[in-house]
Amino acid sequence: MSKGFTPSPATPGVITANDLRMGRCVWMRDGKWTADPREAELFEDEAIAELALLDATSQAHLVVGPYLVEAKRGADGRPEPAHFREAFRRSGPTHRHFKQAEFEASNV
Amino acid sequence: MFDARPQHNDQHREYLRHRTQQFRRQVERRLDGSLTEEEFRPLRLKNGVYLQLHSYMYRVAIPYGALTPDQMRMLGHVAERWDRGYGHFTTRTNIQFHWHKLVDIPDSMEALNSVGIHSIQTSGNTIRNVNADAFAGAAADELEDPRPWAELIRIWSTDHAEFQFLPRKFKIAITGASSDRAVTRAHDIGLRMIRRGAETGFEVIVGGGLGRTPMIGPVIRDFLPAADLLPYLEAIVATYNLLGRRDNKYKARIKITVHENGIERVRDLVEARFAELRAEFDSTATHAELARIRAHFIPPSLRKDDPAPYYAARAADPAFRAWADTNLHPHRNPDHAIVTLSLKAPGATPGDATSEQMRVIADMAEIHGYGEIRISHEQNVILPHVPLADLPAMHGVLRRHGLATANVGLVSDIIACPGMDYCALATARSIPVAQDIALHFEALKLEHDIGPLKIKISGCINACGHHHVGHIGILGLDRAGVETYQITLGGDGTEEATLGERTGPGFAYDQIVPAIDRILRTYLDLRTGREETFLTAYRRLGAAPFKAALYDQERADAA
Repeated sequence: MSKGFTPSPATPGVITANDLRMGRCVWMRDGKWTADPREAELFEDEAIAELALLDATSQAHLVVGPYLVEAKRGADGRPEPAHFREAFRRSGPTHRHFKQAEFEASNV
Repeated sequence: MFDARPQHNDQHREYLRHRTQQFRRQVERRLDGSLTEEEFRPLRLKNGVYLQLHSYMYRVAIPYGALTPDQMRMLGHVAERWDRGYGHFTTRTNIQFHWHKLVDIPDSMEALNSVGIHSIQTSGNTIRNVNADAFAGAAADELEDPRPWAELIRIWSTDHAEFQFLPRKFKIAITGASSDRAVTRAHDIGLRMIRRGAETGFEVIVGGGLGRTPMIGPVIRDFLPAADLLPYLEAIVATYNLLGRRDNKYKARIKITVHENGIERVRDLVEARFAELRAEFDSTATHAELARIRAHFIPPSLRKDDPAPYYAARAADPAFRAWADTNLHPHRNPDHAIVTLSLKAPGATPGDATSEQMRVIADMAEIHGYGEIRISHEQNVILPHVPLADLPAMHGVLRRHGLATANVGLVSDIIACPGMDYCALATARSIPVAQDIALHFEALKLEHDIGPLKIKISGCINACGHHHVGHIGILGLDRAGVETYQITLGGDGTEEATLGERTGPGFAYDQIVPAIDRILRTYLDLRTGREETFLTAYRRLGAAPFKAALYDQERADAA
């Protein structure tokens, strides 16, 4: 899925990881990390994405396991997940009885 | 009370204190940059700390599934203080906390250590938590309580210097009963207590396992004298340590070693090593250790209460009767019962318990159950000794706390791994599939009509949900970016261990419940009567009518 993914204008990507201290999912924007996936930077250029991933990897004091993964550009121009795994990372657990509101409050 | 197990002694406490201090420093060094993630990862995994989809997951061992009330209360406290108010009991009888923060884990670990439990060897290529019959010490069909042996194995295998870097993880299960409730034939080593003449010993099974290459383990020794257990186990693991493959993690489990080398060759090597080790092992010390352990597993002195309240409640309360019919198992003492508290209320997450439920379980064990609690590999809680007379009162409390679902062994008593709702290895979700199946049959009120049935769901090929040995197994996969579910039928995890047969192409997420519905309606149509269970009917009929029900409808819909 993310392995070997090369972004392009037709198939843009985002860089995501887990926060080192808390473990929660984070996304990269302008070299920094946000817990809001809608704020993630969409990469359409392979070279720029590679440089950003190098930057992400160098921030091992902040995040664990950064990777570049395909995303879609939504109608509002913001990134949306292209694969169900990324959709679940973004939404939190999907099953009944999970306190989704609590997840969203803690993650944004 | 059952709170004086060997792991509570001073030496053990000091060992845990040292390990937790060590981990605390490792976390500090990771956070200050002294350790890279590559350096830190194996250290956290050695302590049961995984990084999953949304958070760190902290996995804690429950040795052979046994807990004291204090330990259960502490699990509830940890869930409330450092997690999100619940924990998930697993098929390895561990508990997983899915929302820990790395910075909190040393404190959580220290709290657990205070009641003698820990997370050592809940990950990594080591000997993992030993599984035992959840009804141990209570079952009517038991030859001998296997827990002292399980504890001996736990002590032997914990921090065993030679076995910290095995080719792959290693799992042992033990039972002392004729009914196999520990899935011994799907373990790296399975031990079944048997008797030959007056002597007690073990049938030793090696090289079983599920995962991507499921295998039912062959017998390596049909009778091992009990006194030889540790040197023989050491001989097996030492042989595997040298012979097991390290070039390919998917071929590294002992089942592949046995498959590639043949059971005869493995047996010869094990017996040769055993001959050396047997002479080296101090059998007198082992015997003394076992005697010391056994002193902590003395059966409770059972009360002789009049069971009249139980029979009165059965006659007066249909809800109680339904619960008693499904959730009680015969105890060796006819005035007692083995009680299963279902963690599978329809629509709930299989295996999850809230902090409040954990406290209620601890209270019930103390008030009614001689202080004993077990976790079963089927992700339920067992109170192994409860007087029949106490059951009506206990049932009332359990109902108020969502712990009295009358479904043990039925369609909604589903094993499900965490799947892609939590697990980083998962390829599809498990939990919502289990919830949807349970709710579907709850709405149809067909559960009791369908009768005994084991559905097991795994969210990836690693098979933590034991799907291969489910009467109906469901495996979630990612097929070209779509969640797809393969079905297997006819699996069995008991002493008649059988791997399920795949029915054919998989089903989309929104088609898996209708598919299970078609299988079970076919069973209801074709069974000879209510006494013929799904598994028995499947063995009689074969896969053909079920495949027809599954795929003819699909084809008709597509046409």
